[in-house]
Amino acid sequence: MDRIPILKMGHSLLVSIQVDMHDRLALTLQDDLTQKIVATRARGVLIDISSLEVVDSFIGRMLVNIAAMARVLDAKTVVVGMRPAVAITLVELGLSLTGVRTALNVELGMRLISDADKSEQGAGHEP
Amino acid sequence: MPVTNHESVSIESNDDIVRVRQRVRDAAVGLGFSLVDQTKLVTAASELARNTLVYGLGGTLSIETLVVERRQGLRLTFEDQGPGIADVPRALTDGYTTGTGLGLGLSGARRLSQEFEISSRPGEGTRVMIARWK
Repeated sequence: MDRIPILKMGHSLLVSIQVDMHDRLALTLQDDLTQKIVATRARGVLIDISSLEVVDSFIGRMLVNIAAMARVLDAKTVVVGMRPAVAITLVELGLSLTGVRTALNVELGMRLISDADKSEQGAGHEP
Repeated sequence: MPVTNHESVSIESNDDIVRVRQRVRDAAVGLGFSLVDQTKLVTAASELARNTLVYGLGGTLSIETLVVERRQGLRLTFEDQGPGIADVPRALTDGYTTGTGLGLGLSGARRLSQEFEISSRPGEGTRVMIARWK
């Protein structure tokens, strides 16, 4: 069966969706990521959707679910690289991706994750 | 209305939803729609194809290229012989679903289209038509 590869980079998991996903593949990714967050104790999940030409309500819901599950497992999710046409269409479709952090590219997304991690650590060291 | 091109895609599996997206994209590119309009058409088609599969238990999409005077348009008609929709106005409400989805499929597809028509009879099936003009 097809699977979207999940890479580990430091304390983060990196996913780059390069194919037009059918619904089952999206659900598999959701399950795989959730398990991998626990297995690797990841603090952040970065999902690159710059190759996606379409995000419909099913894929949108997958992104929302991943962010929610990651949050419950103490990891932060950032979706990066959304194409402008996809953003326009998503809003008109009525999907606001509630609870999903976004960044324009991978670099900015990684910074969001590592900043969040640092400020948490900083807060822990305060007297 | 003169139809200059017509093709049909059957919707019987998850993979067919992906196929619908590709065929609608190809047709929209062929007509020279802008990238945003292509994306709206493909996204609306993806929502309606999923409805045809999940609620209509499979069916067909017909893709038609239209020409009226000098305007070109794309008309997509999704048809199934499934259980039909008992309350169409309610099915068009944001967030209403009888399944496990977000309830944005029909209402979202309508918002993404310039023309939208739906007819459904309980026990006989559902037909949804959307169109976009250049």
